[in-house]
Amino acid sequence: MSLMKVFDVAGSALNAQSVRLNVVASNLANADSVAASPELAYRARHPVFRTVLQDAAGGALDAAPSAGVRVLGVWQSTAAPVMRHEPGHPLADADGNVWASNVNVVEEMANMISASRAFQTNVEVINTSRDLLLRTLSMGS
Amino acid sequence: MASIQGFFGIHEQALRLRGERASVLAANLANADTPHYKARDLDFRQVLADAGQGGGRLAVATTRPGHLGAPGSQPGGGELLYRVPFQPSLDGNTVEGPVELAAFGENAVRYQASLMFINRRIAGLELAMTGR
Repeated sequence: MSLMKVFDVAGSALNAQSVRLNVVASNLANADSVAASPELAYRARHPVFRTVLQDAAGGALDAAPSAGVRVLGVWQSTAAPVMRHEPGHPLADADGNVWASNVNVVEEMANMISASRAFQTNVEVINTSRDLLLRTLSMGS
Repeated sequence: MASIQGFFGIHEQALRLRGERASVLAANLANADTPHYKARDLDFRQVLADAGQGGGRLAVATTRPGHLGAPGSQPGGGELLYRVPFQPSLDGNTVEGPVELAAFGENAVRYQASLMFINRRIAGLELAMTGR
């Protein structure tokens, strides 16, 4: 029953998108975090998605690959943290500098909207497939 | 009771292939943000024609688990084609959300249409059997 596969595929997408939303939330929450050194500063995180062409057991799926998606990992941005000169700050170093995170808030907002739209789309796919399956189950009655 | 075979006509196969296509389109939508993912789709007319003829094209014998069949020779698998994007994107992904969503919606409606035809045939058969 290939319609059953839709639930696995769309479910994996829901999972991936919610990881993405989580990461965006973490980035936005830390957008104004400061640290005493560039090494300690918060760096923006970004999930990387990858297509899954195998089923859970590791075997290849059959002829029509209903490919799910998974989060390959969460990478940290390599952009330099922003240095600010604030001698009065409790975390300031000997030169009076603090390092703010390299989160780009505008980018994160766009990311958030994209993730939430993708989430909605996949919920819709699940709802439609569920309707179709329920109608199929009540066939002939 | 041999005449009951093929009672549902083409809708039996259509239903199965529509289900297949739904899972392919769902995979496209799931991978809308995956870099380098290429959107795929079934050529429904071609696949249904093949299914109706019981394998219209020459099949390749697959005698071991590792063997690959010719495209379209798998039972019910059909030939998966790649979609040509209207607007190619930088990350190599060819999924276009609205296009896939429209195709998915259309596929769902046609699935229901096939389902309705089958239901009507069952109702007709019931009427013929009970006479009420």
